[in-house]
Amino acid sequence: MAMNVFDISGRAMSAQMLRLNTVASNLANANTVSTNKEDAYRAIRPVFETEYNDQLQQTGLSTVNVTEVVQLDREVTRSFQPDHPLADSEGYIYESAVNTDEEMVEMMEASRQYQNTLEVVSTLRTLMAKTMRMGQ
Amino acid sequence: MSLIRDHLNVHAQALQLREQRGNILASNVANAATPGFKARDIDFQASLKQAIGSGELKTTSVGHIPVSGNAGDQLQYRQPTITSLDGNTVEMGVEQMEFAENTVRYQSSLEFLNAKIRGLTRAMRGE
Repeated sequence: MAMNVFDISGRAMSAQMLRLNTVASNLANANTVSTNKEDAYRAIRPVFETEYNDQLQQTGLSTVNVTEVVQLDREVTRSFQPDHPLADSEGYIYESAVNTDEEMVEMMEASRQYQNTLEVVSTLRTLMAKTMRMGQ
Repeated sequence: MSLIRDHLNVHAQALQLREQRGNILASNVANAATPGFKARDIDFQASLKQAIGSGELKTTSVGHIPVSGNAGDQLQYRQPTITSLDGNTVEMGVEQMEFAENTVRYQSSLEFLNAKIRGLTRAMRGE
């Protein structure tokens, strides 16, 4: 299937949007606690992969695919709070492994990428419209 | 007919190549955050020279494979000024500048084409 600029940019934008959604989910769970180590929230990230227009890569056209969303292998913090309603039998709770500063940086980058892609597609769309009026 | 085509030739080819290049640069911007992606670009001057120099090759037998002046022949990888750890060679500043230049040059080719078409139309009307 031949790609055009709308395919390229549209899919790149939805990839960045998915990245923003994972950031939102991470930030929402930044201060959650849980009773055991396994259930504690760990930050999630999408995995981006280039999808080429043609197998031989002769056209130079390619877009982005999100292959999977992975959970980061982070150590959750254990803290001693025996009066907490979610504390285990020994009085410990497990806090989610989310670094809010890191998430904010991730959010900034994703939003810039989104804007850049949108700017490209709107410029090319204007050029196409101008070309349609050629000779009038 | 061929005279009119010759009259428009350079800018018509340039416009096509500029559009192809715009799409390639759009791909680079789209993959700015993909680890391991290598930015591509075409050598515009060489592509244009190839497109207008050789002209269209005629196929005189069914066994002949048609040759087109495709921009893909001049497709190259961009040499990054600063390499990044994830192997991605897209530098936003570079891509934005190339894209801006490409857009302006596309518009000038379009203007030239418009002027030529206007001139031809006036000549046909004989006003």
